[in-house]
Parts: sequence; C-alpha cells; structure tokens
Amino acid sequence: MKLEEVRVCVMRVGGTNCDIETARAFKELGIQAEIRHLNELVKNRNLLDYHVLVFPGGFSYGDYVRAGVIFARRLYAKLGRELKTFVENNRPILGICNGFQVLVEEGLLPGFELFSAYPEASLAANIPQGYNCRWIYLKHESKGNCIFTRRIPQGKVLYVPVAHSEGRFLFPKEKEEQFLERLYEEDMLVFRYCDKFGNYAEGQYPTNPNGSFHDIAGICNSQGTIFGLMPHPERALYWWQQPDWTRRSSKVQYADGKLFFDGLLDYLLKKF
Amino acid sequence: MKYCVKIEVSLKPGHTDPEGNTTQRLLKELGYNVDSVSVSKIYNVQIESQNSREAKIKAEEMAKRLLANPTKDNYTIKVEEQK
Repeated sequence: MKLEEVRVCVMRVGGTNCDIETARAFKELGIQAEIRHLNELVKNRNLLDYHVLVFPGGFSYGDYVRAGVIFARRLYAKLGRELKTFVENNRPILGICNGFQVLVEEGLLPGFELFSAYPEASLAANIPQGYNCRWIYLKHESKGNCIFTRRIPQGKVLYVPVAHSEGRFLFPKEKEEQFLERLYEEDMLVFRYCDKFGNYAEGQYPTNPNGSFHDIAGICNSQGTIFGLMPHPERALYWWQQPDWTRRSSKVQYADGKLFFDGLLDYLLKKF
Repeated sequence: MKYCVKIEVSLKPGHTDPEGNTTQRLLKELGYNVDSVSVSKIYNVQIESQNSREAKIKAEEMAKRLLANPTKDNYTIKVEEQK
C-alpha cells in the first residue's frame, strides 16, 4: 500500500479540541487524516475502513463522571464489535491526553487481556490539584515494542507540553507492583517523566506534573499497537512551537513531537 | 414500580484526595478546625423495576460499567421506593 492510501481517523465528540492539530501532524507525514465525529462513524458503520484510529485531546463530554469515560462507554456501546475487530487486527490506536483517558477507561490500556471488561488503571486528579499546563521532559523507555516510538532510541529525553487536570496514572493499590512488573516484562512502559538530564522525577513536582505512579507518562499494550500518553506531541511538532525557540541556536524544521508520529510509518507500510 | 437509587462513588481508602485536601486547607484558613475532608459524588437515578432487589442489581451494573473505576473508587447503593 502507498502512503497516500493510508486512512487515519481522528475521532471527535463534543468537547474534543485537539483534533485539527492532531490531523495536521499526520499530514506532515504525508498521510491524509480525516476528522470524524463518533456519530458519523456510528451512522456509516465504517470504522474498519480506517487503518489507524486516533483519540485526540480535549474535554470529551465535559469530563463528566470521569475524564474520558463517557466517550469510552459510548464508543463501546455503539461500535464495540468493530472496535474489537480493529484491535484484534493489530491496527494502530493512539490516544493523546483525553484520548489516553479514553483508552484506559475503555480497558484497552494497559489491556493485559487485550480488551478488559473494566479499567485496569486510572488517570486520577492531579497532585497538586488543578489544571497543569507546562513543558516537561520525558524519557523514552520502550525497547522497541511500541510501534509509534520505534525510531526513538531508548533513553532519549524529549521535550513536550502537558495540559490536563486528570493525568495521575494509577494502578489498583493491591496490584501496583505486579502490574508494574508486567509493564517492564512485556515492554509496555513507553515514557516516564524526567528532568532535562534524564533523571527520573521520582514523583517530585513539577518534573512529574501530576503525581503519576512511577512517573508514568505513557504506556502501550503488549502488542505495541495501542499507545496512550498524557503529553501532547502534536503541540510540539514544529521548532517554532517550542517555548525557548528564540534562544535555540539550531533551528531544525521539527521539534520532538514529530518523532512520536514517525515510527508509525514503518509499521503501516509493512502491515498494509 | 418506580425507585430512586442513590449511587455514591468515593475514593478507596489509602488514595489521596487532592480536592478534599485543598478544601480542608481552605476551611482551616476560614477558621474551622477541620481534620480531613473527602469528596464523593452521589448519582440520584430514577428507575423502573420489578422490585428493590432488581433495582439494586441494575444500579450495581451502572456503577461497574460507568460510574466507578475499580482502580480507585468504592461505591455504595441505597434504594428507595418512590411514592
């Protein structure tokens, strides 16, 4: 398949607000991403026409009940069968910020059972409390399982923004150690918060902006095809989006966010 | 029969409650000697059911499928018949 034949669906609902910049990131790769409302997909029953599914950032359904849960449950109620087939076919799914919350609430991440009936993790209210919008550093932990980040060397430190109030990644207390072990064993831990030298935040604010367990910022499923993260790579796509661009001596075309999308190309060209 | 089901969702013990902690700090600043505050959410659901047992079973399902995340939330259910 040629790159221009790849179809990406950026799925939106009321309250989604990062769909345009997310679609633009794919366009930079030479892929035409289509922004589609969930209702359109339900009406046309055409989820499986797409090769990649993306849940962008925002405040879907006003973050009512819990961030991302209404989007997740509605999607499952309306398109559950198609979504299961999509996942079983190992088609890539990306969730950014609110999209990560959707994937966790849907039971797709960490997705120890591929598609869990109930969430196995949570993105709880930040500590310290409140909306946090800042540029942070991430350390890439994946050894190559995550198809989105395969072009990023393990240990590389990246500079991207976060903007959320419910991003504190948690496992159930009684299973914390067991689940963390599985993340490492199955190469599902993709990004951890760190300082600019790559030292882990160890829960310290503001290096870890939300109090996430084990400084977790992003994970993938054991197949590596479903990836969710709290930071916004689509807001760090071009060099001029960086807060310190005037002080940077080298002005390359792209900023670190581009790397999050690059790895997908190899997978798509090989798979389809 | 019509029932009013109260589903209260609160954090499991041992989980930090940032909203509760912030509220407690402010109440202290306002001069109240408050030891702790925890925040919970109550959903009042009006439901048609054969009996209260069935209404409770339905409410359990609602809590598990939507209202509570088992990672961090507990829930309690109270069923009242509506007159």
